[in-house]
Amino acid sequence: MKNNNLIQLENLTKIYQVGETQVNALRGVSYNIKEGDLVAIMGPSGSGKSTLMNIIGCLDKPTEGKYFLEGEEVSTLDKNRLARIRNKKIGFVFQTFNLLARTTALENTELPLLYSNTSKKKMRELAYESLAVVGLGGRELHRTNQLSGGEQQRVAIARSLVNDPSLLLADEPTGNLDSKTGNEIMDIFKRLNQEKNITIILVTHDPEVAQITRRRIYLRDGQIIKKEEQE
Amino acid sequence: MNIMRTIRVALRALFRNKMRSLLTALGIIIGVGAVIATVSIGQGAKREVEKRFEAMGTNLLFVRPGSRSYRGRHGGGGSYTTLMPKDAKAILEKCDAVQYISPSVSGRAQVVYGNKNWNTSIYGVGEMYPEIRKWEIEEGIFFDENMVRSKQKVAVLGSEVNENLFEGADPIGQIIRIKKIPFRVIGVLKSKGESGGWFNRDDMITIPYTTAQRRLLGIIHIQSIDVSAVSTTRTVEAVEQIEEVLRIQHKIAPGAEDDFNVRNMSEIAEGAAESRDVLIFLLGGIACVSLLVGGIGIMNIMLVSVTERIREIGIRMSVGAREKDILFQFLLEAIVLSVLGGIFGIILGVGASELISLLAGWETLVSNVSIVVAFFFSGFVGIVFGFFPAFKASKLDPIEALRYE
Repeated sequence: MKNNNLIQLENLTKIYQVGETQVNALRGVSYNIKEGDLVAIMGPSGSGKSTLMNIIGCLDKPTEGKYFLEGEEVSTLDKNRLARIRNKKIGFVFQTFNLLARTTALENTELPLLYSNTSKKKMRELAYESLAVVGLGGRELHRTNQLSGGEQQRVAIARSLVNDPSLLLADEPTGNLDSKTGNEIMDIFKRLNQEKNITIILVTHDPEVAQITRRRIYLRDGQIIKKEEQE
Repeated sequence: MNIMRTIRVALRALFRNKMRSLLTALGIIIGVGAVIATVSIGQGAKREVEKRFEAMGTNLLFVRPGSRSYRGRHGGGGSYTTLMPKDAKAILEKCDAVQYISPSVSGRAQVVYGNKNWNTSIYGVGEMYPEIRKWEIEEGIFFDENMVRSKQKVAVLGSEVNENLFEGADPIGQIIRIKKIPFRVIGVLKSKGESGGWFNRDDMITIPYTTAQRRLLGIIHIQSIDVSAVSTTRTVEAVEQIEEVLRIQHKIAPGAEDDFNVRNMSEIAEGAAESRDVLIFLLGGIACVSLLVGGIGIMNIMLVSVTERIREIGIRMSVGAREKDILFQFLLEAIVLSVLGGIFGIILGVGASELISLLAGWETLVSNVSIVVAFFFSGFVGIVFGFFPAFKASKLDPIEALRYE
């Protein structure tokens, strides 16, 4: 059934077994996200926002409930199919950048393409383009240790975009950056959302980060306690 | 993800950590090098022995006391006294397929000339010895039938003994003392060179066997008879004739076992080759053990490597690497590492055997078979020992991997 919801979350529940205790990380979260949305998922640590992000990002599966991505139910797919989806449709940006050490910006950006049957030439091309979009033209051959924090995060963003995903997930993207650099990064996200209509979900506890978003949900103890919509 | 790409990813990962890759591969490099080197040394020695045997000719026969089932392992013929000089004469007279014979006894003795002293082998032989053994005289003459018959105290020196006692001076006509008995030097044999580094064939003295029996050993029997057949094609015939003659000489009843054995040069050569083969297998086997240890080393380091790269694995998974992508990557890293190690090991092994043959003078024969086997074995080691760490890596949970400190 086609509607213009990129993401449909229905009653997502996640229960972890930690030793002898059960942890209810998510308790029945339901939410819809449209294409082109710029959303923030907020909450204190332990609220379940990371768990939610992992499920939306197809890194994890819910214990109960359904998750529809582009109309397809992905909550029951096997690991391999999820990996395919991560490769084609989802881009991640992490707080700690998570680039490969001793590797050039170019090679880091190409990484997703390695797993998607792209020719070497095409890989180079797309990576260069991606790095240009985030403003790193000219620094493609610098290695990770030669890049500043802000530049590394830009590379991470370029990497997340290189496969032309439908969805970008950013987990505390400015957590390890100073405020000035952090603002620059947030500007990139804003620009990407406006110019390319990429759906972006930011997971954060920082209200300043959430400022650029138009919709926000607040989690506590695994449930949505507040929704905000701006126009 | 196709194979070429995976190989490239694997290579890049290995190059990122050159030092560790090198240390890991070291076990394989040394193991393979050891296998190649030891096998080639063994092969070289075997070839060396084969060549000497070939040079001696295939019409050479040895008659020894003691039946075939003991195969001459009875230790120096000391316990068997059944072979006599008249047996040798009978063989020469009655076997028309036989050309030359030489009765033989031997022992070790101290030889003195002037103030020079040398402990060497004394071979008591017949006058046809040089023809049978294809051994030429360097200077002087070999003893003849008369000297043998009259038990003369004459000696023909091997070139090594000549050098040690006379140091370039002319030995002909000089008197040397063998076990304090004076012998006159009448000739020197040509040098035949070392036999595979094991023993020096020029380090000996030949004297008439009759003299040796009487003067040196105090025996009347002989220890063996060297025989050469008229031609290679008649060698088998010669063996039959000798056996027939000796059975009559020794009065052996029909159906009873021989109390002697006649052996063909090629049989002995085969026996020597067999024992060399055993040696080669043994050495190769030991080297293979070290190769196995190298494989365990690879597994260890790959496990460490996987642990150190848990974050990296998480990152790869988050951008879409599947379990089998990760498995292949790490497995290929292990294989590439061990194959590269194998290649370097082969180079090392070949180089080492060349070096050894240069320095020690031993001949080495690098066998192409051993190179191919070593190459595939190192690949095999990579697969076997790389699998478990690669499997572990592929089964990591991406979320936990990303969280790993």
